[in-house]
Amino acid sequence: MLLRTAWRRAAAAVRAAPGPRSEAPARGLRLRVVDNAPQSAVPSDTATALEVESVLRPLYMDVQATTPLDPRVLDAMLPYLVNYYGNPHSRTHAYGWESEAAMERARQQVASLIGADPREIIFTSGATESNNIAVKGVARFYRSRKKHLITTQTEHKCVLDSCRSLEAEGFQVTYLPVKKSGIIDLKELEAAIQPDTSLVSVMTVNNEIGVKQPIAEIGQICSSRRVYFHTDAAQAVGKIPLDVNDMKIDLMSISGHKIYGPKGVGAIYIRRRPRVRVEALQSGGGQERGMRSGTVPTPLVVGLGAACEVAQQEMEYDHKWISKLAERLTKKIMNSLPDVVMNGDPEHHYPGCINLSFAYVEGESLLMALKDVALSSGSACTSASLEPSYVLRAIGTDEDLAHSSIRFGIGRFTTEEEVDYTVEKCIHHVKRLREMSPLWEMVQDGIDLKSIKWTQH
Amino acid sequence: MAASSRAQVLDLYRAMLRESKHFSAYNYRTYAVRRIRDAFRENKNVKDPVEIQTLVNKAKRDLEIIRRQVMSLKSTPAVGMVSRTHIPRTGAALRNLYLPGSSSQSLPYSSSSSSEMT
Repeated sequence: MLLRTAWRRAAAAVRAAPGPRSEAPARGLRLRVVDNAPQSAVPSDTATALEVESVLRPLYMDVQATTPLDPRVLDAMLPYLVNYYGNPHSRTHAYGWESEAAMERARQQVASLIGADPREIIFTSGATESNNIAVKGVARFYRSRKKHLITTQTEHKCVLDSCRSLEAEGFQVTYLPVKKSGIIDLKELEAAIQPDTSLVSVMTVNNEIGVKQPIAEIGQICSSRRVYFHTDAAQAVGKIPLDVNDMKIDLMSISGHKIYGPKGVGAIYIRRRPRVRVEALQSGGGQERGMRSGTVPTPLVVGLGAACEVAQQEMEYDHKWISKLAERLTKKIMNSLPDVVMNGDPEHHYPGCINLSFAYVEGESLLMALKDVALSSGSACTSASLEPSYVLRAIGTDEDLAHSSIRFGIGRFTTEEEVDYTVEKCIHHVKRLREMSPLWEMVQDGIDLKSIKWTQH
Repeated sequence: MAASSRAQVLDLYRAMLRESKHFSAYNYRTYAVRRIRDAFRENKNVKDPVEIQTLVNKAKRDLEIIRRQVMSLKSTPAVGMVSRTHIPRTGAALRNLYLPGSSSQSLPYSSSSSSEMT
């Protein structure tokens, strides 16, 4: 879509002459000319257009939504997709045994990343299922004596929705508000814990604004008050050091596709000492200690295990790289543009998730303008609705700023060039959109927008 | 196996960089090259021969992984990134960063179609 007709004609000519590839310099270097006005070029050759569209793709800056597979993870998975395809629960033949061995090895790899025992790891279909098991399973098991749960307003939809469905079953849920920084107030948490509270659920790193909650302190509070502590660590596992014993975590949700592993797999950590009892959501043959029946997908869990192992080795290096790129991105944007707000606490923050609000610019139009970069203006699961994200509302962002927020995701595979390109395009389009904005004009003239009385129709 | 000499380590380094440049995906290629350089640089002052041998063995395993993945991913259509012609840069050095190393094979989805600049 970013081509000039001249290129299309040249490409058509090249294809028309099926000569040996070696004649082209540097083996088939197709000169591409980029055009910023995609509508101007009349698609003379739809085949060319299609072929090019399948080759040129936007830069990927949305790692909070999902991550690409690490080649080392794919390498670990392939044998189990092709050769060693047995069911790990088949006890009678070698296919089953080798599959089971791989599954147990993966379990060990996941456990060692978070400082747990392999027997405490249960494989699930993803962090959403893990969150459901944690919240609903614990609440329902202790339903006779404990009827109260605590969570925060910035949790992932699956936790909030599980809590809502439990409310319909007769439980009480307290949704703790967050401060402007996005972090919860520990005193409020302590005040909210009642004698009949069974579970506190707070996510480690928020997927929209990247704030890190004080997990160790929350774990301390919960263990002293004898309340189970669950954390949704989907965005944090493998990126920041986590230890379930140091941080006194009782349940933890892990997602495969956020740590460069495959989609469709996750895990839940359920503490054994002291034992956390959970009512199983999925009934069946009693696999995974009865907590999650169903055949464990060996290739996927091998991928998850490999991803966890790679993450453990690469954690420090990745953190340095991502911090460096995040610093570069924020500094460049903030130095070139006025009226840009970073959402979330700047100190207790995971560097790879940067949420910026550009005042006087509409978020959707900026996203559409930045069509060569894959970005998001909120979490993927809420991007279908037109409302601004509930997380931004919870941290007290003004309506207009909430609508103009963009989330930049930086990951292991992001390069400096991609960041520079994104920054440059972003600055260019924000300036362009602001030029078109009457609100911006008014602000430049010194009018205080809050003092304006918009007429009621 | 004899302890790895400096020459062997350098050969391994060169081989890994050469193989990595064959990744058709831009992000994998750039990550592999960068990671290999940084890893070898970080460990260049290691003196203990046992540790050196462990690192060399790991590197050999990683080289095999790169070889296998480069091969298996050759059949997927190469994806390129948006080219950035409107950023004024000196062409040659940067262009070579995005061109994978030359290979004698001629493939239907040549990996040269990824990230080009004019």
